[in-house]
Amino acid sequence: MNKSISNIFSGEAVFLDKANVDTDQIIPKQFLKSIKRTGFGPNLFDAWRYLDKGDLNSDNSKRKLNPDFILNHDLYKSCNILITRENFGCGSSREHAVWALTDYGFTTIIAPSFADIFKNNSYKNGLLLIEIDKEKIDEIFTQITEKQIINIEVDVHNQFIYLEENQIPFELDDFKKKFLLDGIDEVGFTLQHQNKIEDFEKSYKKTVPWLFK
Amino acid sequence: MNNPNPKTLYDKLWDTHFVGSRSDNGDLLYIDLHMVHEVTSPQAFEGLKIKGIGPRRLDSIVATVDHNVPTTDRSKGLRGIKDTISRDQIQALQINCHDFGIDLIDLNDLNQGIVHVVGPEQGFTQPGMTIVCGDSHTSTHGAFGCLAMGIGTSEVEHVLATQCLVMNKQKNMRISINGPLKKNVFAKDLTMFLIGKIGTAGGTGHVIEYDGSTIESLSMEGRMTVCNMAIEAGARAGMIAPDQKTFDYLKSKPHSPKGNEYEKALEYWKTFHSDENSNFDTVHNFFAEEIEPQVTWGTSPEMVIGVKDRIPSKEDYSSQTERNNFEAALDYMGLSAGDSLENYSLDQIFIGSCTNSRIEDLRKAAEILDGNVISKKIKRAMIVPGSGLVKKQAEEEGLHETFITSGFEWREPGCSMCLGMNPDQLGEKERCASTSNRNFEGRQGHLGRTHLVSPAMAAAAALAGNFIDISS
Repeated sequence: MNKSISNIFSGEAVFLDKANVDTDQIIPKQFLKSIKRTGFGPNLFDAWRYLDKGDLNSDNSKRKLNPDFILNHDLYKSCNILITRENFGCGSSREHAVWALTDYGFTTIIAPSFADIFKNNSYKNGLLLIEIDKEKIDEIFTQITEKQIINIEVDVHNQFIYLEENQIPFELDDFKKKFLLDGIDEVGFTLQHQNKIEDFEKSYKKTVPWLFK
Repeated sequence: MNNPNPKTLYDKLWDTHFVGSRSDNGDLLYIDLHMVHEVTSPQAFEGLKIKGIGPRRLDSIVATVDHNVPTTDRSKGLRGIKDTISRDQIQALQINCHDFGIDLIDLNDLNQGIVHVVGPEQGFTQPGMTIVCGDSHTSTHGAFGCLAMGIGTSEVEHVLATQCLVMNKQKNMRISINGPLKKNVFAKDLTMFLIGKIGTAGGTGHVIEYDGSTIESLSMEGRMTVCNMAIEAGARAGMIAPDQKTFDYLKSKPHSPKGNEYEKALEYWKTFHSDENSNFDTVHNFFAEEIEPQVTWGTSPEMVIGVKDRIPSKEDYSSQTERNNFEAALDYMGLSAGDSLENYSLDQIFIGSCTNSRIEDLRKAAEILDGNVISKKIKRAMIVPGSGLVKKQAEEEGLHETFITSGFEWREPGCSMCLGMNPDQLGEKERCASTSNRNFEGRQGHLGRTHLVSPAMAAAAALAGNFIDISS
């Protein structure tokens, strides 16, 4: 059973004003040596968040935080929604990036666009990605800069976010929505279609026998 | 004769592997080859163990160790790896392969190497296949006319268990490049140039097919370099239709079909090309004569210029976001706007990675280094061959002697300083000419500064101690 998300939820948003945030920044390589799916939260954005270089052996509670990094501001410490710029999650396919974001406590990322592999990794781990126009993001940026903190309500079922007076629609594939809301184990779900796979395999084997040893 | 239903290469790959749609409209795509390495697989194997199921088709899986392995002396095997966390991860793959009966090309096997070098040179990679690996540079294999995609760990588990990847068909982009490449301009320069033109998100939501006379003129090694960096243009897959070069390359490879089977396979492989008048969602055209030797100046692969060009200035960017990104990159890289890259001394040189660690890359570097010694400014220069076979071939040709005499370290195969998961890393603020694929902040070491280049440029920069114009 995977983690599921609520149909409607609200949260406080923090704005990370950067484009092309790559998965190397979300979780640096030294943390990929872990063979677990959990515990990556303290090392989310590690090189931006701390002033020293950490690794899997570091005691993160003793490390010096970078006071200039937005997530370290007291105001934003309990935020569960991250708003950022285009092409978030580009680069490496590491699912550890998503594990770090959810382990930290983010439920939702809002941006003009996301990288393809990151998108797939997200819905499989209950992380909701919301794509909205660049111009809308600019507006939110202005609002956050003025008010410092904003509340956002997310209606997953009807595909809207509510932000102050605004109601903003977003797109979500049927199959991604189903997995996010139901938290179904995807392997088990696909295996319900095992007959299709077997039928395909039988005929495909005749076409390319050299690929079957 | 007019084809009433012309298809692109991608259409054909999709259609021949389309199993069906699930009840939630997610499409199931059948996977022919699944390559596994130590970093993105342990959690997937754990998932299988918890569910009490095994891989669906063992004959479709091949595993090797590459990301974490040391590139210095490996005679003591696993016991010789000092970093215990890396050692545990490598051991986890050994245990998982043993438990599930998966073929593992292990640490001291002559065939060990970077997963995207091993696949093609062993003949696992063949035209018309679907290939996945828990690594974004799986796009490399598209050079053989495959649909090859990087996947996340949950998808690794899903493919192991079901032999299928869940996705919906993506858009199709064609990038045509025509004409001869200029002197000392290579596949690496070509692929970096394209990223500079379309941007790191230019291919998002697409697969890219590369064609045109320039692509046709490239060797298989060069084509792999081009497709390798499709992901840096945002595309999960890059591909090139197979031709006689592809078929000749595969003929003698250990795992490609032999005898009658080869002839049968050949007929099948020849069907994988885009039909005349087939439809692409997005089309780009470029001429090879536009391309100069490329060097990245910033912290994203799209931040790239010709070696003779000036580093951009703030005024070159229209939006505030772009300007912010530009300034952050310039500051991180320790460069001045409008300056020439030739004015900055280099500390390290890295020739290797799944982009540029094949025999052709090493030959090119050796040709430039031949008889010369690297600059005193360089603290460390290393060449990391892509596989044990590449290393052996290079040694048979005596290339290693050229490297060692010129001052390069000659290492054991692995991913090495491309991502610095092993001890091969940049120090803080060290500047490196690297033949790898990503110049992200900290990629090659905490606060390290990476400039992506071709092997020829890396070798020339090693001799000069800074970037130089190699086009004349």
